[in-house]
Amino acid sequence: MIENIMLSDLSLVNWSRGQFALTAMYHYLFVPLTLGLSFLMAIMESLYVKTGNPEWKRITKFWMTLFGINFAIGVATGLILEFEFGTNWSRYSWFVGDIFGAPLAIEGIMAFFLESTFIAVMFFGWKKVSKKFHLLSTWLVAIGASLSALWILVANAWMQYPTGMNFNPDTARNEMLSFWDVFLSPVAVNKFLHTITSAYVLSAIFVIGVSAWFLMKKRHIVFAKKSMVIAATFGLITGGYLIFTGDGSAYQVAQKQPMKLAAMEGLYDGQEGAGLLVFGMLNPDKEWNNDEEAVLAKVEVPKLLSILGYRNKDAFVPGVTNLMEGGFKYTDEKGNKHTALSAEEKINRGRIARTALGDYKDAKETGDEQAQKEHLETFKANFQYFGYGFLNNPGDIIPNVPLTFYSFHIMVGLGFYFLIFFVLILFFLFKNTLQNKRWLLWLALVSIPLPYIASQAGWIVAEVGRQPWVIQDLMPTIAAVSRIDATSVQITFWMFAAIFTALLIAEISILTKQIRTGPKTGGQ
Amino acid sequence: MKKRNRNIFRRIFDFYYEGFREMPSWGIKAWALILIKLFIMFVILRLFFFPNIMSEHFEDDQERADYMIEELTKPISYD
Repeated sequence: MIENIMLSDLSLVNWSRGQFALTAMYHYLFVPLTLGLSFLMAIMESLYVKTGNPEWKRITKFWMTLFGINFAIGVATGLILEFEFGTNWSRYSWFVGDIFGAPLAIEGIMAFFLESTFIAVMFFGWKKVSKKFHLLSTWLVAIGASLSALWILVANAWMQYPTGMNFNPDTARNEMLSFWDVFLSPVAVNKFLHTITSAYVLSAIFVIGVSAWFLMKKRHIVFAKKSMVIAATFGLITGGYLIFTGDGSAYQVAQKQPMKLAAMEGLYDGQEGAGLLVFGMLNPDKEWNNDEEAVLAKVEVPKLLSILGYRNKDAFVPGVTNLMEGGFKYTDEKGNKHTALSAEEKINRGRIARTALGDYKDAKETGDEQAQKEHLETFKANFQYFGYGFLNNPGDIIPNVPLTFYSFHIMVGLGFYFLIFFVLILFFLFKNTLQNKRWLLWLALVSIPLPYIASQAGWIVAEVGRQPWVIQDLMPTIAAVSRIDATSVQITFWMFAAIFTALLIAEISILTKQIRTGPKTGGQ
Repeated sequence: MKKRNRNIFRRIFDFYYEGFREMPSWGIKAWALILIKLFIMFVILRLFFFPNIMSEHFEDDQERADYMIEELTKPISYD
């Protein structure tokens, strides 16, 4: 029988979280380059087919080689996450029911048919299919890769904003009521657009960085410059859109996860016309219920947080303390006005929901239909706070504020840096002096890791910022984890750490060897 | 002309066969890594370290549902 471990066994919860975070973050080291580089290759190959210039074929084939290495090393690493759902997060897996299963199944089928089929044509078909069919295959690989990401992100978005479902009290599972509500939820749309554009920016910087190395070595000058023009233009366009979608994502966070927004901004005491911190240093002694200053040093843009979060310069943005104490007025998406509940009241309602579910089950066993109906009504009336019923202290609803805050500001800061970087590269490329600007070439080279850092920071904001929830308001992490032996989780944690590190070393080693070899001559 | 008349399965087989045969050294290394990785994942990790808890411990969905309702409703000890 499943081992009965008390919920106070934080070692198990923390190791399970750590293991999932390790796997997801390592997996996402490989994913964004696949997503973005595929589009850059498709654009480059389109230029080859349009102009007939073999230099474009040579350029395409070189980046395709790097794409192939990255794809091969990253492929299937995400499947480990699915293993973890079944073993470490079995309660969560049962609770989400078919909502998580449907998008992941579609993702699996699409990934298999679109990517696997057309990747073969892309790599093996240069001399065997027509130019146009080959180009079509390259575009389909690019589109297929982004569509794969779409389904994963739809599933993730549902965890941040559960919608389009109904909880079945007889099976203890959520059932999908509306596929379109899940698929087109504003959180899913914004999350998808923001994540894939970040991947496009990452790939653009990767291409520019590698090309800068060729320019520094004075090798393959034309190849490097052409690659940079495409990458910097692609990066500038998608980078602009990245900031736009980032705003969309933050707006959704303000509406659906106000505690996460408060943590992102280190905002404890809510304000009307709240400013956005450009830079800030948090006070480590600050708690939600003491009088310490939240931020020790800051550079702030007045009213911007209210504008970005609520599209109103004077809107009230609740802070951590307000969300704990409740009592402030807010308007929901449908325009209805409410008074916010305190964390304590939400916990009480969550406990009522949990008790009602148990009573409903007992009444069902005794065949008391009237009692079943009454308990079910009580349960439904309080279901939106169901997850709070698992929490012990009101303070449990506060995520790790410093980690969320600094990750958010690193991500945003780097996002704006990337835009300036693309403008600089394009400016000096068009002046035809880039090869003489060694400082900029060095900057391009050392900038390669930065979008990886930004991407990982973005995931930390998304996932740490929503704690304690696995499913927002409905299931906390502590209730989602399987009651298995923490030692077995520790063992697999270190196994994954070793396997993924070996894969990363292999990736960097094969990639750098291939880069040093450089593109082949003659468009072959 | 003769090549075009071969059946579709033969042509697909040849496409892949020739593709793999002419693969550059980085491609061979990449495939070796994919195969090692899949072996570790499906033969070692999946079989020995990642059982599906719900499938392994319960006979059918009703048992799983009963277990989950019990877990979701029982009092929590925070001691």
